[in-house]
Amino acid sequence: MADININTVNKYYGDVHVIKDVSLDIKSQSFTVLVGPSGCGKSTMLRMIAGLEDINSGTISIDGQVVNDLPPKQRNIAMVFQSYALYPHMTVFDNMAFGLKLEKRSKDEINERVQEAARILQIEDYLHRKPKQLSGGQRQRVAIGRAITRKPKVFLFDEPLSNLDAALRVQMRVELAKLHDQLNATMIYVTHDQTEAMTLANDIVVLDEGIVSQNGSPMDLYHDPNNLFVGGFIGSPKMNFISTKITSKSSDKTEVDLMGSAKISIPKTSASASEGDAVQLGIRPEHLTVNADSDGSWESKVFVVEKLGSGTFLYLEKEGEPLVVETEGDSNIKVGDTVKVGFSASHCHLFDSSQQAFK
Amino acid sequence: MSILDISLIVCLGIVSFILYFHISNYILDFFGNNNLKRIKFENSIRVLIFIAPACIILFIFILYPVFETIRLSFYDKFGREFVGLYNYNWAVNDPEFKRSIFNNLAWLLVVPTLSTFFGLIIANLADRIWWGSIAKSIIFMPMAISFVGAGVIWKFIYEYRGPGDTQIGLLNAVIVSFGYEPQAWLTIPIWNNFFLMAIMIWIQTGLALVIFSAALRGIPKEMIEAARIDGASELKIFFSIIIPFLEQTILVIWTIITILVLKIFDIIFAMTNGEWQTGVLANLMYDWMFRGGGDSGRGSVLAIVIMIGVFPIMAWNIYKHKQEQKI
Repeated sequence: MADININTVNKYYGDVHVIKDVSLDIKSQSFTVLVGPSGCGKSTMLRMIAGLEDINSGTISIDGQVVNDLPPKQRNIAMVFQSYALYPHMTVFDNMAFGLKLEKRSKDEINERVQEAARILQIEDYLHRKPKQLSGGQRQRVAIGRAITRKPKVFLFDEPLSNLDAALRVQMRVELAKLHDQLNATMIYVTHDQTEAMTLANDIVVLDEGIVSQNGSPMDLYHDPNNLFVGGFIGSPKMNFISTKITSKSSDKTEVDLMGSAKISIPKTSASASEGDAVQLGIRPEHLTVNADSDGSWESKVFVVEKLGSGTFLYLEKEGEPLVVETEGDSNIKVGDTVKVGFSASHCHLFDSSQQAFK
Repeated sequence: MSILDISLIVCLGIVSFILYFHISNYILDFFGNNNLKRIKFENSIRVLIFIAPACIILFIFILYPVFETIRLSFYDKFGREFVGLYNYNWAVNDPEFKRSIFNNLAWLLVVPTLSTFFGLIIANLADRIWWGSIAKSIIFMPMAISFVGAGVIWKFIYEYRGPGDTQIGLLNAVIVSFGYEPQAWLTIPIWNNFFLMAIMIWIQTGLALVIFSAALRGIPKEMIEAARIDGASELKIFFSIIIPFLEQTILVIWTIITILVLKIFDIIFAMTNGEWQTGVLANLMYDWMFRGGGDSGRGSVLAIVIMIGVFPIMAWNIYKHKQEQKI
């Protein structure tokens, strides 16, 4: 068991306040992904859990024990770095055995544990090689192997797949998910890639400029974003945002103007909103329909068509910005066609001027 | 010759080389045509034109003297009569030669090792303190001093005055203030060698320091952090991660200093002139070659011994380099 409790943690680099009063509970054996744009403080957060960065205020505890002043080696953690950070002069075996040797384990035990990790990661054939002789994917396996052999309570991953090519990244992503099932360990994973976050996580923590923007399961974040930032960050392609105004409001519904062509009544509301307020209407490309009956619709010209086989993305002109619509893969809509876009009211999101979502 | 004359000659030399390259290149272009075979042939001539001056200079000033030295080592003191292995036979039986070899070996063992060691330690520690770069500049400064100049400076440290006189040598002044007898440091056999080596170490530590500082900066921070998470102490990181990582750099510095030390001459010449059993091969060679009428035969034998001494170091270095390339 290894619950991690982060309690009102703050971190400054000089005058820059990078982590602002962050509190998080990470459950034992969960796969938690810290996600956010670069500079949001996610790597700093991970490094503070690892003990590579000091904490200015607040506490971090692992398994109920406050670890603020413990050096990394006493925290029972292992970390996998983006750059692999392998020891270039050691063989793969020695790289994986280094931590165990420092723990003064017996030769047999070291051998057994390294072999086991190598078997899980399918790198048994490379054990006698130096990191230089391996490809990027193999190196990253060794880096993960180095973490596994020590059987830590917590695994920390700092953008481990960012240096790999796209195909390998997908493959390693699947293997990491499998690994989490096999090892039953607590894993904390930092990435800027929302696809990795969605596919791997039990729990996603979206960080924005040093604060937790939202924390929840991938589907919670996808269907029910707390604010404009999370709405825009989760999902690919991005959620469409349309600036509009509230035309009328009731206790459980808000009606907004749909680019002058129609009005749409959305089953969400906010106590602070009133008629005439400027709001952002958010809707995902996959929730828009083409030339079909809907709760509200709007017509526009198509200026780009992206065919992916499994689906087609249409880019429509909307007040200078594109509106992206997903439709079926074998659609025969061409550039220049005018299409009628249908909005599904139950899938629409509304965000007020302070970017908070209507519920 | 005045400075003006010298700069004139230098300029003349540079201009004539520029003219040489341009004119020969121009002539080649003049006779050229567009036939593909001809162009290939022309390019090989062009290569020859450009490397010829360097090759000729290399031959005149390095290769020719080597062969001439080898020839002279088989001739008498005036280089006139062939004497076979007589000079070599003399060297093998000469006690001065043996002492010089012994001293040289001691220098080779102590100076490169300690310079590299101090350089590495200081480079590592200097990165951890705010006045590290100031300390590094001060330690590097002796590199800018010639060996003879360094000798003069260190004479003031080892200077000896009789008991009762005011000691102007730093070392004696210190030990006298503690109530000990002043010592004539440079005349104490065996130990005086180490006092001379201290000067070389003082100079070469700066070189090692600067190269190591740069190399240390090239160590990935994440690798050190990974080791820290793996549970390694700072000392363990230094010996198990940093030193192996810097192996190539250590080898290069060690080689540079070793070759420098093998040729060591100036410091001993300025400080003791090889007296009190401090002589090394280069000093012995100088003595035989140019003093007391000169003996080019014996001098050449000593020069060849020094040259042969460099071979194993170079061979090992090239071997290591090739090994590294293979992986």
